Amino acid sequence: MYGGIDLQKSLIEILSGLGLPTDVAKLIWMVLPMAVMILGVTVGALVCTWLERKISAAAQQRIGPEYAGPFGLLIPLADVGKLLIKQGTIPAKADPLLYTIGPALVFTSVFLCYLVIPFGQNLIISDIGTGVFFIIAISSVAPIGLLMAGYSSNNKYSLLGGLRAAAQSISYEIPLALAVLAIALMTNGLSTIDIVNQQAEYGILSWNIWRQPIGFVIFIIAALAECERLPFDLPEAEEELVAGYQTEYSGIRFAFFYGGSYANLLLAGLLASILYLGGWELPFPIDKISDALGIQANTAWWQVLAAFIGLTATLVKTYAFIFFAILLRWTVPRVRIDQLLDLGWKFLLPIGLANLLITAALKLAFPFAFGG
Amino acid sequence: MVMIETKAERMVINMGPHHPSMHGVLRLIVTLDGENVVDCEPVLGYLHRSMEKIAENRTIIQYLPYVTRWDYLATMFTEAITVNAPEKLANVPVPRRASYIRMIMLELSRIASHLLWLGTFVADIGAQTPFFYVFREREMIYDLFEAATGMRMMHNYFRIGGVAADLPYGWIEKCEDFCNYFTPVIDEYEKLITNNPIFRKRVEGLGTITRDEAINWGLSGPMLRGSGVKLDLRKVDHYELYDELDWDVQWDNGGDCLARYLVRVREMRESAKMILQCLKQIPGGSYENLEAQRVLAGPKSEWNSMDYQFISKKPSPTFKVAAGEHYVRVEAPKGELGVYIIGEDSVFPWRFKIRPPGFINLQILPELVRGMKLADIMAILGSVDIIMGEVDR
Repeated sequence: MYGGIDLQKSLIEILSGLGLPTDVAKLIWMVLPMAVMILGVTVGALVCTWLERKISAAAQQRIGPEYAGPFGLLIPLADVGKLLIKQGTIPAKADPLLYTIGPALVFTSVFLCYLVIPFGQNLIISDIGTGVFFIIAISSVAPIGLLMAGYSSNNKYSLLGGLRAAAQSISYEIPLALAVLAIALMTNGLSTIDIVNQQAEYGILSWNIWRQPIGFVIFIIAALAECERLPFDLPEAEEELVAGYQTEYSGIRFAFFYGGSYANLLLAGLLASILYLGGWELPFPIDKISDALGIQANTAWWQVLAAFIGLTATLVKTYAFIFFAILLRWTVPRVRIDQLLDLGWKFLLPIGLANLLITAALKLAFPFAFGG
Repeated sequence: MVMIETKAERMVINMGPHHPSMHGVLRLIVTLDGENVVDCEPVLGYLHRSMEKIAENRTIIQYLPYVTRWDYLATMFTEAITVNAPEKLANVPVPRRASYIRMIMLELSRIASHLLWLGTFVADIGAQTPFFYVFREREMIYDLFEAATGMRMMHNYFRIGGVAADLPYGWIEKCEDFCNYFTPVIDEYEKLITNNPIFRKRVEGLGTITRDEAINWGLSGPMLRGSGVKLDLRKVDHYELYDELDWDVQWDNGGDCLARYLVRVREMRESAKMILQCLKQIPGGSYENLEAQRVLAGPKSEWNSMDYQFISKKPSPTFKVAAGEHYVRVEAPKGELGVYIIGEDSVFPWRFKIRPPGFINLQILPELVRGMKLADIMAILGSVDIIMGEVDR
């Protein structure tokens, strides 16, 4: 295993070479990846909205956006432009402060999670030891924002939507955490980098999906519920609650919710690919390619290429998940609130616990295969 | 076990008339206890257009263009009942060919209505996609209507004593093509929807109406047949020539939303089957054949007799509604559509009382949703199949 390219060191060296003091160079380095990440995630979320339109159109025998740019690719930009320009109204009897904080809270909590998402061996903002735990902790702040939005709108539909969002997030966070815990148990750590590296040894065969099939299913269901996607989109169920907690929102505040929900979907896809589908690893170890081509693993251009391949692999897996989520959204009806809670507490929770116990037992019995 | 009683204040929420799933302009005042529905009060009248009063100073011919606005999804039925009422009152004969054309149109209209119901019902439960699929087939039906009547929705096609025009060239073949195409399409819908576990969980055992309740509430149509009453006015009243066709009344014992869904889906199959029979049995066959026979056999031909006409006699603009009173009804897709007409030998009816099926079927809604969850309101309301145009008239 080689370390891969170290962008941080290279950039600081370049900047120092240009005559900047090392401290300033480090400061520039701190800002740069964050800006890149925010931009990247925004673009990723916009691509999701475009995919949603195109895939739903295909599922419904329509064409979908066509004229705004090639294949309607500029539609998301038109969306954003419209929402930015639109006047942001606050209902007369709403609580203006909470009404504004709500969407911001949802938006920032989702974007903060991207701090620990790796797109490659070193393509990560910060590899902290508590990686996935950090994600679970931060993403559970979002329901507070939803509740805030629902309550402060002074609208009964919004209130119901906000309450549903809170109930749903609380019930599905636990199975989600249990599924992730089983992975952590096998990895002997919570760092997202470690989790991927642990799946790297035998290519596709060592991906966690084979060792954690039940956990994978639990994770997918819980992740869909956390993203409020159909069949679990009760907080914004159009036929019941008009638009749930978003009912009163417009303009930039609505854009926060809208962008936040798609960024959240993207996050769920990235998590699925990191936790279960081997992250940036190809279906076979990438060293095989360099060996076959007779390239030294630490050649500079090869490392750049490998990082690029890794990034592509991550995105392919992520968007495969998103494709699945979108297709599901346009295929199935919505569950009822009591059925949703039943599924969470009476089915996923016990199964998740059992899965955790089985994983622990397997780890003791077969330490070589389950990360002893 | 000691339960801690938590009581939240009840929330009164006003759903509609502009709520996305209120099927037009129905308004429900719903009292909620959390997610549970404590009470529900429908408020009607947002689409009231004095349809009955308007009828009182229009001749039947003048009134015909209005009637398609009652139930704008099953337009042929509203026209049928409007001409049937004075027809029965004045004993106007209808040629066999005209009667067959009417049956074809009525059954096509029934399919169109049930199709749109299917789309909205499933959309009310949360699956948006079938809504687009049903429009695919509904468009074909409307194309057929357009070819025969010149209009897609507001046809103005029925006349006292027959229909406004004969079927155009090639129409019967096109209609046959549609029916043959349509039956496998229903299988497709059933594959997509009927056994979907989420769909099943949402509708099974929901909004159950017992047989007695259904009769006592005066329900009709699929609402009644879904509760195990095998009553279809096409069999009971023997109107048009339905007795000459081989078909069965579709019914189910469940009484819940699923039963109503199944009844309507089966009715679509049955209607397609009936149309195919009509197309084979229609006197004179397709229009081009009929014309050829007429030309071949000369002016005295038997093909010019009453049976092969599309209308018995062009009704005069001053057609008088005969003196007397009469209740006439047809089996519309939503149930029993009736008209109580009182004539006084004038060109205007003295009274034209409409009995819309949706209005009567809607009565049971508060009874059904009480004690259910909020989301069930939409599923139950969807299964009732109302059109506010005919509820409010």
